[in-house]
Amino acid sequence: MIYRENGQFKTSYAADQQVFPIAQDRIAIGLMLAVAVLAVPALADEYTFRAILIPFLILSLAALGLNILVGYCGQVSLGTGAFMAVGAYAAYNFMVRIDGMPLLLAFLLGGLCATVVGVLFGIPSLRIKGLYLAVATLAAQFFVDWMFLRISWFTNNSTSGSVSVSNLDVFGLSINTPHEQYLLCLGIVVVFAILAKNLVRSHIGREWMAIRDMDVAAAVIGIRPVYAKLTAFAVSSFIVGVAGALWAFVHLGSWEPAAFSIDRSFQLLFMVIIGGLGSIMGSFFGAAFIVILPIFLNQFLPAAGGLVGVEISTAMIAHAELMIFGALIVFFLIVEPHGLARLWSTAKEKLRLWPFPH
Amino acid sequence: MKFRSIAMAAALAAAAASTLLASGAALAQAKVQFFPSLTGRTGPVAPNATPFANGYADYMKLVNARGGINGVQTLVEECETAYATDRGVECYERLKGKHGGATVFQPLSTGITFALTEKIPADKIPMITSGYGRSDSADGGVFKWNFPLIGHYWVAGDTVLQHIAKQEGSWDKLRGKKIAVVFHDSPFGKELLPIVTERSKMHGFELLLLPVPAPGVEQKAIWLQVRQQRPDFVIMQTWGVMTPTAIKEAVATGYPREKMFGTWWSGAEPDLRDIGAAAKGYSAVMMQHGAEPQSAVVKEILDKVHAKGQGTGPKDEVGQVLYMRGVVGAMLAVEGVRAAQERFGKGKVMTGEQARWGYENLNLTQAKLDALGFKGVMRPVSTSCNDHMGSAWARVHTWDGSKFTWASDWLQADEQIIKPLVRASADRYATEKKLTRRTPADCQN
Repeated sequence: MIYRENGQFKTSYAADQQVFPIAQDRIAIGLMLAVAVLAVPALADEYTFRAILIPFLILSLAALGLNILVGYCGQVSLGTGAFMAVGAYAAYNFMVRIDGMPLLLAFLLGGLCATVVGVLFGIPSLRIKGLYLAVATLAAQFFVDWMFLRISWFTNNSTSGSVSVSNLDVFGLSINTPHEQYLLCLGIVVVFAILAKNLVRSHIGREWMAIRDMDVAAAVIGIRPVYAKLTAFAVSSFIVGVAGALWAFVHLGSWEPAAFSIDRSFQLLFMVIIGGLGSIMGSFFGAAFIVILPIFLNQFLPAAGGLVGVEISTAMIAHAELMIFGALIVFFLIVEPHGLARLWSTAKEKLRLWPFPH
Repeated sequence: MKFRSIAMAAALAAAAASTLLASGAALAQAKVQFFPSLTGRTGPVAPNATPFANGYADYMKLVNARGGINGVQTLVEECETAYATDRGVECYERLKGKHGGATVFQPLSTGITFALTEKIPADKIPMITSGYGRSDSADGGVFKWNFPLIGHYWVAGDTVLQHIAKQEGSWDKLRGKKIAVVFHDSPFGKELLPIVTERSKMHGFELLLLPVPAPGVEQKAIWLQVRQQRPDFVIMQTWGVMTPTAIKEAVATGYPREKMFGTWWSGAEPDLRDIGAAAKGYSAVMMQHGAEPQSAVVKEILDKVHAKGQGTGPKDEVGQVLYMRGVVGAMLAVEGVRAAQERFGKGKVMTGEQARWGYENLNLTQAKLDALGFKGVMRPVSTSCNDHMGSAWARVHTWDGSKFTWASDWLQADEQIIKPLVRASADRYATEKKLTRRTPADCQN
């Protein structure tokens, strides 16, 4: 009833091709952004910021980057953790080695280094496909892990191999309170989400999707696979690299290569699959599901146990959390194999017909 | 139907929230000192971290049975980290403000320690890392909020080398020998390296560094190297499932267990119980205490906590090595608060900032320790503004096939070597972070 596009006439191509052609969508997104920028900082406490919102935003960004590669270009990658690590360590090195390095520039340079590494490890994708490519990108994961553990130059010769940053500032504004960190992450995520959304709607995005759907056919109609695949690797690793730098600088503050281990790569791949392959929105859903649900279960289970008078031990909570989490993943993939983003669009379809579905 | 289930869920959630709030309010009324406990009850270190968490919780219960800290009851809430740094940070954020504010954190993970070191100064919560974490944080002039009380990795490395030298006769006998270091390939493992490198330069022995990737269940290649190179001794900086794996590999390789020495996270019952007699002769350096089933504090815990059915873990682990480490950790946490109460008001709940003063001015004499039931378990501890460690004593114990027996007298880490290392590393940290050393005036409060 309220979600109808009746009467919204497009009189120009620009109006017809905008990201959100329906006025209600534009209003909804505007409202969501307003809530995220104005209401959330006023309502959320420090725990919500540091433990939920900031990790959620940063991992959404990483999932967004990975989604470009896996969801839009169809190149399966298990090296996401490695590209995040490259972004983080490169940004760290720019910060400690160049005096007065601006933080945002360090992030972008970290992303550029990740791009270089990503393209390098993307070259095999020209010859190998599917699961075999996943195994090849796994090499990136192990190589980068090894590199940051073994070559002490990258960690500024820290004896323990752990590096840390603190007292961050952007344009003279310090960003040490969770509130400021949240806004920084939000700003970066919004900018990258808009860029990514426009990129996948452009000719290059259509090239990626053509390669994903059938690479031989795409080559026949004149799309160069080399160019399409490598640009997907480049854009994806750039975003992932920036997310890695954010994860290290803003969320952790102090990190070691284990923060970007193979588990992180798998976690991000699951986010993309559960959230929805080939969907910008899906990256956010996937990140929310994987970041927030375990923490929610971890706190809800003891409370629920307390209600019925059962005290659940810490170990039992941890085990139950994993079991329920796993069961929910299986459940969602059976109910909606195309991810949570598909549920979202189904809901929108239904809403357009509501309340008279027939 | 659907509406009903949603309504049910909402009602359940609301009820859960209200009970949570109610229990929080009830606790706020009683005087409680909140000690958060970051546990590793699941994951790759579960066999070792579980007794620690149980010991920590049991000692806090004993303190309450004894009447609290001058009447202030202790409260422990656990949060499971599974030894993962990001979960540890989440737990820290979750617990730091609960129940009137956290007194002190003991993360039992070097990775989490590194991450929290950056966060605690802003939150004004001290952190005790007995025997782990950053070795350079013993320098209180730079690390105001970190307390590696009674030992850090460099003390472990120094004392285990002292023990080997003593066994051989003197330091000179080590010249030209080859010592392998099998270590967890993470900050935890690498923290040991500066001290063994320093000692190898001083005494002319050769080092063979053998990193093992986490979690450490894949060690075939490492022990093949040991077999080829035949080092005279092997020092192990291992934790969790990695330790029994290493010893099993050594058994399979035929490397003599008498020449293997663990640091203090690599020599407890869960590591050796399953290997049993095959591990006979394996030694590990212990941060003061070992397995102490005969000590007065263990008897008191059995009597006042376990006998009343309030024990946290199984009864037979009470007094084991890692259980005792949890007990000692809890005792240090409580005694710091007691020391702070002497200054800020007896019988009051201390804030993290006040407790920090207590940890910095800890003076546990032998008489005090004996009164607490730690006779024969520990030596006196006394901290100051510049020395956040307070004591650097250790002993070595050896596995006889079914239990540990003491194999050495008390060993003291060589301050002449460790102090400059700590200071240099702390200064490096300070320059990197653009910090200045604390002034003597800052030490007063």
